[in-house]
Amino acid sequence: MTDPIIKFDSVGKRFGAITVLDDLDFEVANGEKVTIIGPSGSGKSTILRILMTLETISDGVVYVAGEPLWHERRGDALVPASEAHLREMRRHLGMVFQSFNLFPHMSVLRNLTEAPVRVLGLSKSEARDRARELLDMVGLADQAEKFPHQLSGGQQQRVAIARALAMRPRIMLFDEPTSALDPELVGEVQAVIRRLAEEHDLTMLLVTHEMRFAREISDRVCFIDGGRIREQGPPEELFTDPKEERTRDFLQAVLADN
Amino acid sequence: MLFGIEWDTSDNLTFAISILPILLRGLVVTIQATILGFFVAMVLGLILAALKAVPSRVVSWPARIISEFLRDTPLLIQLFFLYYVLPEFGLVLPAFMTGALALGLQYSAYLSEVYRAGIEAVPRGQHEAARALDLTGRDTFARIVVPQAIPRIIPAMGNYLVSIMKDVPVLSVVTVLEMLSVARIIGDRTFNYLVPLTMVGAIYLILTLLAAYGVRRLDRALPKTGIPMK
Ligand SMILES: Nc1ncnc2c1ncn2[C@@H]1O[C@H](COP(=O)(O)OP(=O)(O)O)[C@@H](O)[C@H]1O
Ligand SMILES: [Mg+2]
Repeated sequence: MTDPIIKFDSVGKRFGAITVLDDLDFEVANGEKVTIIGPSGSGKSTILRILMTLETISDGVVYVAGEPLWHERRGDALVPASEAHLREMRRHLGMVFQSFNLFPHMSVLRNLTEAPVRVLGLSKSEARDRARELLDMVGLADQAEKFPHQLSGGQQQRVAIARALAMRPRIMLFDEPTSALDPELVGEVQAVIRRLAEEHDLTMLLVTHEMRFAREISDRVCFIDGGRIREQGPPEELFTDPKEERTRDFLQAVLADN
Repeated sequence: MLFGIEWDTSDNLTFAISILPILLRGLVVTIQATILGFFVAMVLGLILAALKAVPSRVVSWPARIISEFLRDTPLLIQLFFLYYVLPEFGLVLPAFMTGALALGLQYSAYLSEVYRAGIEAVPRGQHEAARALDLTGRDTFARIVVPQAIPRIIPAMGNYLVSIMKDVPVLSVVTVLEMLSVARIIGDRTFNYLVPLTMVGAIYLILTLLAAYGVRRLDRALPKTGIPMK
């Protein structure tokens, strides 16, 4: 793989005595669409949250776009990152949460313009134009003036996707984006993500339990268990012919559920 | 006669009507003390809440101890302290100011907890979304946290406003002429305590019910999701 856009180099993550990530090596190429699957508590969210700088690391180095994320270079040495460095690095990434996390006191439009205006320094009108384009893309052009509680869960999640995209990240992180939705609303959110997956330049990292969807949109699927990647490969391989016993057991259990 | 107003003790009803304007003079003082005390509590409470939230323990611990001390000692002791001890250090304030300050100090500790609870009730996901969007800590606080905390804070503050009003009679012990002390003076001079004290109780009841109604209205009028930003 030439110049991965994401690289975990022997990353460890502990919460007190619990080891969540154990000496993890993991790379994602620019533009690659990667899905992470695995049992609950295996560390999937932690990987995304480390990338979004919501969670620190205990060991190792994470690189994003060739730069250390949680460190800064000082000469040849790596020192812990300053908030200024983290702020700069965060620009590369956008995240979509399981529980949407829209700002409930802001209109849909304001949800999409707040950060571009405050962080990127866009003018209000530029930010609004960009927001309207994105709302159009997620099929919510007519909902700009509403507030989040006036929307269905599926609509809220589509707004959340648009809000993350408004910052023009190179990498989009999706943490179980449809898990909190009623079954009949899952499709509309998946349709938006599917469309994004067609964009050549955008790198996507998705955590999901929807195996069919994972298979459809990913270039690669990683099965993680106990804080390590146990098996990975193109979806057609991993889903039809898993090599590891753990992967087979997991897939069987998940497919039995669906 | 009090404040230049005569009373008429011929029968209870006439007496009541004749002393109403005198009691209302006292009520004005009660309301002034309430408002000034509340204002002091709001400002000091905010400062205390901010100090308690400082990560450095050198700052947050003293703030916590002060807050705990203010909440756990009786208002009367704090009042005596300010009234009798401060002058020994050369700080002499008028009785009314001393009283309002004592109310403000005690309630600043309560209000600091109201602020803290309101801010902490904003879900963690809101902070995380703000961070993912790269908003600064200051923008996150001012634009995401505070607007959502306000609808939780205001009704609780309203309840404390009513509490302060009910504590104002304590100030009578340092010669502040609020409504209850006015009623007692009338009783002392007319040997009729029943009428003035009953009236003070009734006026308090009316005020408290009105305030409670106001707080409820305000609570309902405030958008639950936060101060809207279009
Ligand atoms: N803030 C935290 N404090 C303590 N333990 C945590 C914390 N966050 C996550 N964990 C633990 O880390 C493990 C992995 O969590 P997570 O990455 O959320 O798993 P997944 O998303 O795969 O279900 C779980 O055992 C979880 O209990
Ligand atoms: Mg998770």
